[in-house]
Amino acid sequence: MKRCSRCGEGEGVVDLNLIVGGELKTQHLCAKCAAEKGVHTPAALADTPLGGILAAIGADPVLRPEPAADPEPPCPHCGATLQDFRETGRLGCADCYRAFGEPLRELLRRLHGSAHHTGRAYQGPGEPASPPVESTAALQARLERAIANEQFELAAQLRDRLKDRA
Amino acid sequence: MIDLSLLPDGGIGWLEASGPVNHLVLSTRIRLARNLAANRFAARMDSRERQVVLDRVLDAAGRTGTLGQAVTLRVDTLEDWDRRLLLERHLISRELAGNGDRSRAANARALLVQHEASVMVNEEDHLRLQVLVSGVDFGAGWRRIEAVDTELGQQLAFAFHPEFGYLTSCPTNVGTGLRASVLIHLPGLVLTKEINKTLHGLTKIGLTYRGLYGEGSEVVGNFFQLSNQTTLGKSEPELLDHLGAIVQHVIAVEERARQVLLREAPTVLEDKCWRAFGLLRYARTLGFEETMNLLSGVRLGASLRLIPHLGMYALNRILIVSQPAHLNALAGRVMGDEEMSIRRAEFVRETLEAEVRRGQGT
Ligand SMILES: [Zn+2]
Ligand SMILES: [Zn+2]
Repeated sequence: MKRCSRCGEGEGVVDLNLIVGGELKTQHLCAKCAAEKGVHTPAALADTPLGGILAAIGADPVLRPEPAADPEPPCPHCGATLQDFRETGRLGCADCYRAFGEPLRELLRRLHGSAHHTGRAYQGPGEPASPPVESTAALQARLERAIANEQFELAAQLRDRLKDRA
Repeated sequence: MIDLSLLPDGGIGWLEASGPVNHLVLSTRIRLARNLAANRFAARMDSRERQVVLDRVLDAAGRTGTLGQAVTLRVDTLEDWDRRLLLERHLISRELAGNGDRSRAANARALLVQHEASVMVNEEDHLRLQVLVSGVDFGAGWRRIEAVDTELGQQLAFAFHPEFGYLTSCPTNVGTGLRASVLIHLPGLVLTKEINKTLHGLTKIGLTYRGLYGEGSEVVGNFFQLSNQTTLGKSEPELLDHLGAIVQHVIAVEERARQVLLREAPTVLEDKCWRAFGLLRYARTLGFEETMNLLSGVRLGASLRLIPHLGMYALNRILIVSQPAHLNALAGRVMGDEEMSIRRAEFVRETLEAEVRRGQGT
């Protein structure tokens, strides 16, 4: 049995690989020390992202298919159910993340070692103080681009806006 | 066929081999997955909604500086070989290339390219922003893609959750939506049989590795793609720093392996590199895999200066243009296997001949 290389007492159950001064060093940590270091799960569940997610779903008591009916109602926006997600590994829309928040949080912890985003804080387009007024030339250019890209609905809107100005 | 001159630098500015450590690392790629808040995700969209998403993205992109002059290619209406060409340039994914299966290529799929930046529309996520730069340069890559993301995010409402971050079709991408990778050449570790140990170590610290074209592709020519596996719980700079530190570690062990080979088996190594050069320089037919494996030997010889007068740019060009869709584009028609091997050998010969002449200054 490998002893925990941090406290020297518990059984080493998690291998934590660190790069120290360009060298790969392996630490064996007991479950308690691993949790204290913020390691919830080995980072590499499987070799591929899809393999990882399927493995995680299979291993997850909350997400494992049950004969009983889904405890979670379907997503109100797209109609996807938790069962759909189990089968495809794909969510149906942004609201699915709210509808299935609880089971997803657990899955995300398994997949990423964390369920909390700490990266860019997105503000969204927001409302500009006063809507920018596009020049007629700019509108004309957008119209031409829309036609070239076969965006006929947009082109019709732009044509109307140009007509209003004339 | 696609008119390649439409693409600003063909979307392959990274070929120029101007970035740091370019003799080992061909390119750095950073990708951000984004979705529109108001629309259903790929798995539940119908063709009409896909069209709405594409219209919104094109309109928004047209109002940004980073994509305002982008060339737009409708991937869903391209011929199989043209899609394959974009895949060979690492501009679209295997999924978007459709693997020759037209029925899987849904409507309203597009690629926007402006210099190093590109956007895939209606892939697994509504938007996949991508930046490709030469050598190992996460800083330069991040600055560019951050600018694209900021501008697009001001025009479009992205799906974002205060706890989970940017929302994606597949939970493996949620959070930052960031996948960064390097295309790295590791012949030293393969020849010293250290490669499996090294790659296995990487999977234990949150990295994945693949062959030349991403998910599920086999390794040819000792070219590997290394990328981060998790996207949530760390900030973008933290993810990139972590990957960057590991890539530096891999570079160091590769350099060490090469020094071991030079010390322990100099004649064998030199012979291997020159034999590879001889075949590439004079062969009259060349298969793709064969070319990649020989190119690996020549690249190793050139970067160790065993073979003089060879620049990385010419070798990168051979790597890209030796691929089937590129050779077809060069010929202006779709060739059979036999003709293609002849054409490939011809291209490689001419490129190496010109490169040697250039290097000798004659
Ligand atoms: Zn311990
Ligand atoms: Zn939904």
